[in-house]
This record gives sequence, structure tokens and C-alpha cells, in this order.
Amino acid sequence: MDMVNIKINGIEVSVPQGSTILEAARYAGIEIPTLCYLKKINAIGACRICVVEVKGARSLVAACVYPVNEGMEVFTNTPAVRSSRKMTLELILSNHDKKCLSCVRSGSCELQKLCNDYGVDETKFEGAVTPSEIDDSAAHLVRNNKKCILCRRCVAACREQYVSVIGANARGFDTNIGCSFEKKLAEVPCISCGQCIVACPTGALTEKDQIDEVFAAIADPKKYVVVHTAPSIRVTLGESFGMPIGTNVEGKMVAALRRLGFDKVFDTDFGADLTIMEEANEFLDRVKNGGTLPMITSCSPGWVKFAEIYYPEFIPNLSTCKSPQQMEGATIKTWYAQKNGIDPKDIVCVSIMPCTAKKFEVKRDDQSAAGVPDVDIALTTRELARMIERAGINFQLLPDEKFDSILGDSTGAGVIFGSSGGVMEAALRTAADVLEGKDLENVDYHEVRGMDDVKEATYHIGGMDVNVAVCSGLSNVAKLLDAVKAGEKNYHFIEIMCCPGGCINGGGQPIQPASVRNFVDVKGLRSKAIYEADANMPIRKSHQSPAIKVVYDEFFGEPGSHKAHECLHTSYVAREKY
Amino acid sequence: MQKRISTLPFNGTAEQKSRLDAVIAEHKSQRGAVMPVLQAAQEIYGYLPIEVQEMIAEGLGVSLEEVYGVSTFYSQFALSPKGKYNISVCLGTACYVKGSGDLLDKLVEELKIQPEECTSDGMFSLTACRCIGACGLAPVLTVNDDVYGRLVPKDIPGIIAKYRQ
Ligand code: SF4
Ligand code: SF4
Ligand code: SF4
Ligand code: FES
Repeated sequence: MDMVNIKINGIEVSVPQGSTILEAARYAGIEIPTLCYLKKINAIGACRICVVEVKGARSLVAACVYPVNEGMEVFTNTPAVRSSRKMTLELILSNHDKKCLSCVRSGSCELQKLCNDYGVDETKFEGAVTPSEIDDSAAHLVRNNKKCILCRRCVAACREQYVSVIGANARGFDTNIGCSFEKKLAEVPCISCGQCIVACPTGALTEKDQIDEVFAAIADPKKYVVVHTAPSIRVTLGESFGMPIGTNVEGKMVAALRRLGFDKVFDTDFGADLTIMEEANEFLDRVKNGGTLPMITSCSPGWVKFAEIYYPEFIPNLSTCKSPQQMEGATIKTWYAQKNGIDPKDIVCVSIMPCTAKKFEVKRDDQSAAGVPDVDIALTTRELARMIERAGINFQLLPDEKFDSILGDSTGAGVIFGSSGGVMEAALRTAADVLEGKDLENVDYHEVRGMDDVKEATYHIGGMDVNVAVCSGLSNVAKLLDAVKAGEKNYHFIEIMCCPGGCINGGGQPIQPASVRNFVDVKGLRSKAIYEADANMPIRKSHQSPAIKVVYDEFFGEPGSHKAHECLHTSYVAREKY
Repeated sequence: MQKRISTLPFNGTAEQKSRLDAVIAEHKSQRGAVMPVLQAAQEIYGYLPIEVQEMIAEGLGVSLEEVYGVSTFYSQFALSPKGKYNISVCLGTACYVKGSGDLLDKLVEELKIQPEECTSDGMFSLTACRCIGACGLAPVLTVNDDVYGRLVPKDIPGIIAKYRQ
């Protein structure tokens, strides 16, 4: 790599050619604040909070987009730099609803932190504010443009998802982020992924908070309130309590949920194992009986909604399996309710999900195995963290506890659902055993792991070559589907996750600020923790789970049975774009 | 000021659509095609309602919001049609101090439309404009190319009536 030598604040550093000043400063251990810049997503040089002095330059330059060159001398902490940044913040605040006390992002807000750091006068420029209304029309998020700083990170994130339903409208003082023709978010083809929320530096975008509903259900003596947690939550929840990225807090999480007062604490990983039983069976059935191929996974509701709106021609390719969230809920409200003599109407099933689209999924049609919704309330990881805070539970001091049996019993195949490639690997572990008719020793399918946009592999199983692809992030997905449509790619089985990297990077996960996202591989660290959890499990194949055997023996019969179809499968509808 | 969005039914013809399709085909593979296509569409339809912007988004393979964002950024684009007669009230300083604001209010009342809107029969549209250089006649309004000066609100019904027949 070609290097260039520069000086930052008098410190000599050698950095790769093509680096920006922001990146170069990092090598010298110097932080430069950012607001609009988000690595690989938004580099528009618009907010000018990152300004620095460059010797010989006529004015301050934006470090996030300004490339270094040999001999450059940069100063990041001069009076001119500090006063420019302070002025930028004060101008932002002149048109900002400064209600930090009641703002969900207080404490994790990038604007708030900078205002503190720079000692701003929040009333310096008071005047007219751009009028706006709160948009809470959608199932999953709330937009409050009074807290929007027009950084456009959400717009770029939505474009990365190949959806682009939000953008900057009007100009000047009227500029606002919104949808076409002033429609509400519920009226445009948004797929509910929440990637805009995790991109937002402020409290302008938040998930639709449902924790009061959950507290109310727990307080109601007539309700039997059950919770289950998605595979990825155990490796992300700790971040909300200041733990390092990639810490597995499964035991403390279970303890916290018990202390919150849930009657049972189950694991969506059981639902994931169940999904594999049905999905592997469906795949083998499609291969044997000439069903539609490639079969595409259906556990990611953002992806499912994307397919229904933007690629309806692929609906026959979608697996009819419900997602693990819904299978877990369906099993709780059918088998579990029956076995324990509880009326499913009295059960409130709460799920803890990495994903805002799960809030949409629980409301979908054909997701009510017992005649009532399989899952009642889907909370994000962030909402769970807020519940724990509000209940006064000291997370760090909690002991490790275990999930309740048997709907909390699972395998390594279940937990890897949390990372891109995991569903494919889990399905292959089971399908290969079935086709080969034996307990294969190898359970590691390294080719489908990792954070690449698209991963491809061909496996020779049971006398047949199985071509698989794993893809996450909807821009990548769109390209892949176009190639499949054009006949350029020939797969049998595709795993698709809506969010880049899979659930570990979902729109409901703890928000890491740009100062972390720009320099740390957040997805990679979370994913690593997922595969460590898998490696530590005594059982790593779904079909070997004793809990799975029990529910099939006692209730579902066998994978793909009539009963299984009634409870564990669903249907899709093509949706209009406009 | 935010642009007004037309609430009138869209009456595009097949001939207009084929002209727009030709423009879209010509710009399809080009970067930044939204701007020239919107300009052509405004020439063809006179304004840019959602139906037209949807055709552009689909045709160029971009999202409707991207098209809408551009159409609201540049002042040259109108989201509401012009009537057969466009009444334009000068809100320049001289006219304003002589009461052109009251003329505008009276027009809103008589025509039952807001500025930047068009009556449902397509006869009248209403706009506010900046100084047209006829300050000696303040307050002034124009109906297409006709100029009316030294007006008071009670003159308004007569002017409207003149064009209505
Ligand atoms: S968005 Fe940030 S600065 Fe604004 S009110 Fe919320 S916490 Fe405070
Ligand atoms: S939830 Fe996803 S699709 Fe919807 S606006 Fe946000 S980024 Fe776009
Ligand atoms: S909503 Fe958030 S991410 Fe989007 S422009 Fe406003 S502040 Fe930036
Ligand atoms: S201009 Fe550099 S972070 Fe906004």
C-alpha cells in the first residue's frame, strides 16, 4: 500500500494514500467529531462539524471527505476550529426541540454529546422553527422532525436498503426529511427495517415504544405473560449497559427477564430449531417433487415485505415457514397452552427482537395458530434495555440463569440464526444428515459465514450438488435477484437477511454512535460472539434437540405434517408500491 | 414556502403519456436524469402531479421520493395545475403596504381555493408573486396578461365575473 507522510497537531504519521483527514487523525490517536458522516453509508460533507485547519488552505476543510496528501499539516484543535464547531452546533440548536430530559436518545445522542463537549449556549440564536408534525403512522417507528438535524444519514441508510422512501424535501428553511407527496410513512412502501433509526444521531427517529403495554400485561393477574428472546439479543444487550461489543450476556439477560416478572422465559432459538425442521423438510420436498427453486428463506420480515412489494415474482420461491419468532409463539399458544391447561387467550406472548420489522410481522395475516396472534408484542433490544433500567435492575450484578425448559432448550443451529449465513448453515447441518442418512461429523460450513455481501458455495450432499447463496442488505439482495431472474445464477437454496450482516446488525439493536461505527467492525464482533456460542453448545444440529423431539412426538407429528402446516407455515401477498 | 399539491383529478391523455415515455427513453441511462425529465414533463402536462411523477420514477428506475425531492427543491416546478386564467397578486413591498394582502384574502374567499391551487372547473388558479414593476398602480394583480391596478377588495367579484362568462 502506498503511504503518505503528514503531520497532525505536530505529530508525524504515515497513513495509507487515499485516507481522509478523519481516518488519518485516528492513526495519530486524535478524534475529530462528526455528525453527517457515516462510514460506507453517508459521505456528503454537509454538516461541517468536522472542520480542521490545513496549512496553506484558505478556509477550514471538512475532515470527513478531505483526502490527505504528502507533507500536509493539519490542526484539529485551534481556536478557529473550536469556535467554528461551536457555532455550527448553536445554529443547529436554533431549530431544534431541546427536550433532552424526556428524549429517548438522551445519553446516546451524538448531538447532545457534542453540545456538552463544546460548551454551547443553547439559546444563542432563538427564532422561528420549521413547523413539523410527529409521524407515528407506521407500526415500527416514530419520526419527530423537531429533533432532526438534516444530516441525511437515514436517507442514505434507506437508499442502501434499495427502498428510498425517505428523502430531503423542499429547500432552505423549509427543508425536511419526509416521504413523497407529504405522505406518512405507513402510506409508502417502507419495509420497516429500522436501518434509518440506527443511523440517526439524534432522537428524531425512534422505534415505536411498547414497553408500557408489556409492564401493564405483567401487572395484570389474569394474564400469563411469556417472553422469548431472539438468537442475537444475548450478544448485543450488554452494549446497552456499557459492556464491550460482542459480550455474551445470555445468563444475565434471562435473570433480568425473570426479575421483570415474566411467567416464563423461553428462547426463540427453540423456534429457530423448529424452523430448521420445517424448512429443511420443505427444501428436500421441493427438490424431490419438482417444487419451485431456488427456495428462499423467510425468517426476516423486512426481506419478506421487500419481496412482496419490490420482487413479487419471487413469492413462490419464499419458504412457507413462519419465522422463528412466530413458530415459538405458535408453539406456546398451541402445544404449551394445551399441555398446561391455559386458555391461549389469556397468554400474552412477548418477543425480544433485533428488528423493528418484527413489530410489523406480529400483525400480519395468517400468523394465528391458536386463533389469536402467535406473538402479541415484539420489543427491540433497546426497549428491553429500557425496561431493565426502569425496573431498577442492576444488570451488571445479576447472576447467570437458565431459560425455562423445554421451549427454552435449543442447539447451536438455533443460535447462529442471529448472523448472516446462520440459517443456511443450520439447514445444511440437518439436510445433510437426512440425505446421507447418518450423523455427519462436520458441522462447520465456513463458506457461508462472515460479513461479505454475498457468499456462495456448492456442497455435495446425498449424491447431489447443492448450490447455495447467502445474501444480506437489500441493495445486494436486489442485485442477486436480478442475476437469478436473468438466468445468470443458478441456485437451489438462498438465505436472505434484510439487514447487512443479518440480525446482529438489525434495526432494533443497541445504537452505536458514528464515532464507533466509523472505526470498529461492530457486525464482525457481534457475529464472532454468535459463533462462539454455537461452538460451546453440546448439541449443534436442530434435529438432535430433545425438546424438538418432544413437540413433534406430542403435537406436530412430523415435519411438513398437516398439523405442522396449520401451525407453523404461512402465506404471502403481493403488495402495491404506490 | 411549501408547495401545494394538486387535489384535482388527473386528466392526462395518451398523447401526453407517449411524449413523456419518449423523453424518459431518451434520458434513461443517463445520470441525473430526473431534472431534465421533470422539466420536459412540466412542459407536457403544465404541472407535476403524483401520477406523472410515478411514471417518471418507474420509467427511470428511481424511487418516487427521489423524484419528489427534486420537484420540491427547485422553484420552477409546480405540483398544482394553472387554470385557464391565472390570477397573480403582487405581494411586493409597494403593493403590500397598499393592501394587496387583502386582495389575496378576498380572492381566496371568492374562488374558494388557496394560493397555488386551481378551481375544480379548471377556470382559475391563484398565485402570489413578487414585484412586477407596476408600483405606480399599487396594489396590482394580473389575470394572464391583463394588468389591474389601484384595486380594493370590492373590485374583485367584478373582475372574476368578467372572465367567468
Ligand atoms: S435529540 Fe439529542 S439534543 Fe435533541 S433533545 Fe434528544 S437528546 Fe437532546
Ligand atoms: S424502516 Fe427501512 S425502509 Fe423504512 S424508512 Fe427506515 S430505512 Fe427505509
Ligand atoms: S432523521 Fe436523524 S438521520 Fe435523518 S436527517 Fe434527521 S437527524 Fe439525520
Ligand atoms: S461534514 Fe464532516 S461529518 Fe458532516
